[in-house]
Amino acid sequence: MSLRYGLVVLAAPTRLGNRRAYQFAQALLDEGHSIGRVFFYDDGASTGLSAVVTPQDEHNSVDQWADFGKRHNIELVVCIASALKRGVLDETEAKRYDKNQATLHPGFQIGGLGLLVDAAAHCDRLITFGP
Amino acid sequence: MAEPKKTSVLILSRQCPYDGTLAQSAVDFSLAAAAFEQPVSLLLLGNGVLQLLNGQDTQGSSQKNIGKRLSSLPLYGIEKVYVDATSMARYDLQAEDLLLPVEILSDASLTALFSDHDHVVSF
Repeated sequence: MSLRYGLVVLAAPTRLGNRRAYQFAQALLDEGHSIGRVFFYDDGASTGLSAVVTPQDEHNSVDQWADFGKRHNIELVVCIASALKRGVLDETEAKRYDKNQATLHPGFQIGGLGLLVDAAAHCDRLITFGP
Repeated sequence: MAEPKKTSVLILSRQCPYDGTLAQSAVDFSLAAAAFEQPVSLLLLGNGVLQLLNGQDTQGSSQKNIGKRLSSLPLYGIEKVYVDATSMARYDLQAEDLLLPVEILSDASLTALFSDHDHVVSF
């Protein structure tokens, strides 16, 4: 039976939980399931930070997620309250708080907790990764 | 966004109240779900029971008082707050040490609580 999943990522991009979420997301699609939304919350919100540079022999989690979202047309939402605290700002928020540039990777979008509530309401399974 | 249907969510919080932001994030999500009129229950487990201690004072630390936020949950329609008996015993806590009326659950009833909800979000 094919199910619709929502993922909540609480783990920072450097943590195992974040990596597991990514692997799980891939496995879900491989098995024929669908993903309604990935919601990055609390420390997970740092996943959307565009300026991350990783050494060549390490995985770059922001690029991996962004590529995954784009390839499969899956919404990657960073919680706005968590994002602001961690310096992850889209154009609108950067302007609003008078910061000189946006720091959100274009593969992600910023949204409120209502989008997590919505994912809970419309997905068959909601899986939390991390902290 | 389509009209949300009613989905019961159990929010599980295992975090100490003032180390990091996870405990507050669990409360934020509880309030958001309640604001969208979803049935919400909150289970404080392990170190999470410390979030419910009476008499928390954060004046010196400039942190948001999580005790105050938790005590307002019933005003937002969140009536079901649970703790586990094992953690209460570990910290030698009684119901009167806590700032909200809670239901204290045995390990066996925890399992039932989990199966009674559509989703569990674990902090």
